[in-house]
Amino acid sequence: MWKCSALALVLVWAGAAALTAQSPKYGVGRPATPEEIRDLGAAIAPDGGGLPEGSGSVAEGRAVFAARCARCHGPKGEGAVGATLVGGQGTLGTPRPLKTVGSFWPYATTVWDYINRAMPFDEPGLLKPPEVYAVVAYILNLNSIIGDEGVMDARSLPKVKMPNRDGFVADPRPDVGNAK
Amino acid sequence: MKHFGRSSRRRLLQMGAAMGGGLLAGQQKVLAWDTPGKLGTPLGPYGERSPFEKAVRWRRESGTPETGSSFTPLQDSVGTLTPSSLHYERHHAGIPTIDPAKHRLVVHGMVDRPLSMTVAEIRRLPSVTRTLVLECGGNSASEWAARTGPDVQRSYGLASCSEWTGVPLSLVLAEVGVRPGAAWVIAEGADACRMERSIPLAKAMDDILLAYGQNGEAIRPAQGYPLRLIIPGWEGNTSVKWLHSLKLTDQAYMARDETAKYSDLMPDGKTRIFTYQMEAKSVITFPSGGQTMPGRGLYELTGLAWSGRGRIERVEITTDGGRSWVNAQLQEPRLPIAFTRFRLPWRFDGRDAVIASRATDESGYIQPTREALVAVRGTNSIYHFNGIKYWTVKADGTVTNVEV
Repeated sequence: MWKCSALALVLVWAGAAALTAQSPKYGVGRPATPEEIRDLGAAIAPDGGGLPEGSGSVAEGRAVFAARCARCHGPKGEGAVGATLVGGQGTLGTPRPLKTVGSFWPYATTVWDYINRAMPFDEPGLLKPPEVYAVVAYILNLNSIIGDEGVMDARSLPKVKMPNRDGFVADPRPDVGNAK
Repeated sequence: MKHFGRSSRRRLLQMGAAMGGGLLAGQQKVLAWDTPGKLGTPLGPYGERSPFEKAVRWRRESGTPETGSSFTPLQDSVGTLTPSSLHYERHHAGIPTIDPAKHRLVVHGMVDRPLSMTVAEIRRLPSVTRTLVLECGGNSASEWAARTGPDVQRSYGLASCSEWTGVPLSLVLAEVGVRPGAAWVIAEGADACRMERSIPLAKAMDDILLAYGQNGEAIRPAQGYPLRLIIPGWEGNTSVKWLHSLKLTDQAYMARDETAKYSDLMPDGKTRIFTYQMEAKSVITFPSGGQTMPGRGLYELTGLAWSGRGRIERVEITTDGGRSWVNAQLQEPRLPIAFTRFRLPWRFDGRDAVIASRATDESGYIQPTREALVAVRGTNSIYHFNGIKYWTVKADGTVTNVEV
């Protein structure tokens, strides 16, 4: 009898534990709303996940860039108070590497993501998705990564292979410091 | 908080000099001597430091005032904590002003129950407090190229140590129910650039904090008010400030600040990515560059050591340019991933002395020389410099940075 009761107790306890593991323990907060997730879920994956509808051409991007980007990055992305966006391919293994979107950034999706989230510097969020696609197309074109007739959208952008895509390696540290 | 530590001989001497000398016997005596019979100032609601204290952050020039770094005055530090007001800053788009009543953290993506929480709700959860160093991945960047920083603030000052209070991220992840296949957490801040970093789920389940408290009060706006990540032992940029979104995903998102920035370019043109770990490091804060020895005699040589991999086991000091090393005294308790104050009595005899410290952490890692780092990583790396820092104390008492 004693054994049966103990066993029953253990079974009840085990069942409760399993339920607890699958439901919130503290129950704070409320379910996130679709609007919150949409507003905060703007991060773009390297496979293109999260990219919105719309498209933009190199030609359209040239106009947007001149109006919104050139003031800091120079008319051709050569850099000013803002970063240099163009050039540098072939310099990464030299004593004077020039790290630009064209020479260094491994994913074109990152260019879209960063412009969308953080640019223009003093007015982030200003550009609509088609304008972001267009500016990305223009910057890729300035770096000779896509042609003059290029158009970027949710399908074409993740397919762009950046020149430095294969230039990244895992962290091997500690690589120095385990011997005097 | 910074007054808990024992004042260094240098500070006492400075104070003595500033106030006319002979005033080393403590505050009461100074008042009695200086202003007999006069009432002091009234009590106040929020404290200020003494007007005689002048230590401030140093800000590196940048093209835009909203971006850049300000450096902790480590040369003026005592003890092991950094006052919140002197904690280093590294901002990419200014400091947002956030009303905590309107701020929310949304946890979404590959979870069973996407959750939206206010800061007040997060504060209801079981909390923990840890003393932890934060160090910018770009701290000591100037040391790579041998343009060595002239003083400890400008060369090592993107590191600070605070007591942080918050909720283990693993607890919140259990609340939302992480789905099988999730391997990364994409963190996003509410600053203008919405700082984004990809963090491996294993680290999130281990020891990351959702922090709302710093040094006994709410986190300062410049440090992420009202909510930030604190990721022990990893480069500061991953401890995303003003946190408003955590998205569970099956892949890293290759954000700009983990690919184009905060990655380490090697001499062969390859770039190390996801170099999160900060390694063992130490630096002598007195005597250090820019200071002047008040005269010959016995001093307390002191400095700070820390490691992203755990406790500091040992700090060795050389005063002869690296020919011989002796163990420094370490202030207990030696907390993991926190500033450890080291000290060594040292007699300045008016002759040139080249001094440095070398830290060993509990993993057995020994702080390397700059030459050893450069031999492997070249000088294009920018980030994660943790080399031994030499100072020269000249016969006339001035202290400078030197190349050894």
